[in-house]
Amino acid sequence: MSNKKNTVFLIVQDNEDARPIIDAVEQDNPEVNIQYQPGMVRMEGAGRLIVNRETVEESIGRDWDVQELHLNLVSLAGNVDEDDDKFELSWH
Amino acid sequence: MTAKRLNLRKRYELLTRGMGWETTHQKMDDVFPYDTFEGIKITDWDKWEDPFRLTMDAYWKFQAEKERKLYAVIDSFAQNNGQTNLADASYLSAIKLFITGVTPIEYAAHRGFAHLGRHFRGDGARIACQMQAIDELRHQQTQVHTISHYNKHFDGLHDPFHQFDRVWYLSVPKAFSEDALSAGPFEFITSISFAFEYVLTNLLFVPFMSGAAYNGDMATVTFGFSAQSDESRHMTLGLEIIKFMLEQHEDNLPIVQRWMDKHFWRAYRLLALVATMQDYMLTNSPMSWKEAWEVYFVENGGALFEDLSRYGLRMPKYHELATAEADHISHQVWSVFCSLGNATGFHTFLPTEEKMAWLSEKYPDTFDKYYRPRFEYWHQQQKDGTFEFQKGLPQLCQVCQIPMVFTEVQTDPMQISYRVTEHGGDKYHFCSDGCKDIFEHEPEKYVQAWLPVHQIFQGNCGGETLPEVLEWYKFTAEDSGNYIGSRDHARWQEWKGADVAVKQA
Repeated sequence: MSNKKNTVFLIVQDNEDARPIIDAVEQDNPEVNIQYQPGMVRMEGAGRLIVNRETVEESIGRDWDVQELHLNLVSLAGNVDEDDDKFELSWH
Repeated sequence: MTAKRLNLRKRYELLTRGMGWETTHQKMDDVFPYDTFEGIKITDWDKWEDPFRLTMDAYWKFQAEKERKLYAVIDSFAQNNGQTNLADASYLSAIKLFITGVTPIEYAAHRGFAHLGRHFRGDGARIACQMQAIDELRHQQTQVHTISHYNKHFDGLHDPFHQFDRVWYLSVPKAFSEDALSAGPFEFITSISFAFEYVLTNLLFVPFMSGAAYNGDMATVTFGFSAQSDESRHMTLGLEIIKFMLEQHEDNLPIVQRWMDKHFWRAYRLLALVATMQDYMLTNSPMSWKEAWEVYFVENGGALFEDLSRYGLRMPKYHELATAEADHISHQVWSVFCSLGNATGFHTFLPTEEKMAWLSEKYPDTFDKYYRPRFEYWHQQQKDGTFEFQKGLPQLCQVCQIPMVFTEVQTDPMQISYRVTEHGGDKYHFCSDGCKDIFEHEPEKYVQAWLPVHQIFQGNCGGETLPEVLEWYKFTAEDSGNYIGSRDHARWQEWKGADVAVKQA
């Protein structure tokens, strides 16, 4: 096994609903690489990427159900770990 | 005081555990007759877990919300004559190929998952498959609803399901989905959820739908991304089922590996159509097929298989060849369509100067050397009025059913890749070692393939002449042939004015 960290990614639609999610990812994943492509936004992390409920809630000023992510999700890569507080992608 | 809402883990557990039971009046093997014959050994179905932990109430809530958003866009698109904002009407050829070639696969996937939602012994797996069966039906319906707007204004969109069962190039996706549907439940889910959805679906839905946005097709990008939000869940299910099978018993590894090799190759061959859509049929392409392959297969697929290597699973066989072919297949397949454009349900068109410059830039090692001269020759012939569509019918690969057009890209890119084997005294022909291997493992299955060209010659497709066959396909004279000079083209010029005519000439 190599030691390099493989890329995980999360792609969401490029719309208003997704903006606080993108902001939260940027805030909680300092090394994230964010690419704007036609109609969509691709967020890449080295080995791991996390969306925290609290960070999104702070930004939108209301309760946010992590599963609301489904509404604007386009694609992902990595093993998914989701609970009431976070949505996390990682390679083992 | 009302009780505190249960957390996600607990809610999911309550939905998916204890709803099934050990049957006593009938034997479990009689109630679930299909989930053992493939040789996959499951010792504990309770180890199955959906990482999204989606419960039924949340599923309906979020799906309803997705639908509301999608249908608002479809209405707005229709009310504002969104079709006039496309980059060019020739772009619709990609949508025609999509509705006839991809939408019916969604329906086939619906049937397959409905079957698995009944026949897996574990209740967690059954629920995941039931949700996916509903998703797939939703995809088929939303695609028909969205594209029906284009059917009011353009040719070639009127009867996709009739055509899926008959047309020569649509036998490619049909054979792929029926191969999976006629396999056992574990092979089906490995094929559709893992090989197709996890490893390859990003190539279909992400750059292509982004391309729809790039070409002013608001309606398609919206249904595409709406479907893709479900797809993310399906991909996760696909990865989960692979890990589940590999964790349950070590005897499962060689079976899963063989399915992986087979269905990777099957799905990859099918995507040759997508490669062509992306590079040639999109008026403006945001990303070339080769770039998409690098990002979504080489990089992402590489990370995935490295992750799975802890179970002993290796990269699918012939993946190096697929990567080498990324420089060639879109050009090869579009050449076939252009040379048989009198028998396609969409319009064909030679790449413009602008498009060829883009292809040279994206394919510096191959386009100018191998493919530009061919397109320039055809351009010259069209100018001179000597261009003719091919009169013969192509030889097809017995497994993927694509005309024998792929070449020996690793040794001699100008040499057709051609393989042959004998079975029961007959010869069978293949486009690649991948397709030949698949045949040789299950020859009794693939000798039954309904090959469109053979069927035409046997007189089973409406008659002996091309017009009779096209009538049997329900293609009208307006559906086929060159885009320039077509009814779609004339209508587009009427809407957009003379500047379009100048640009196209």
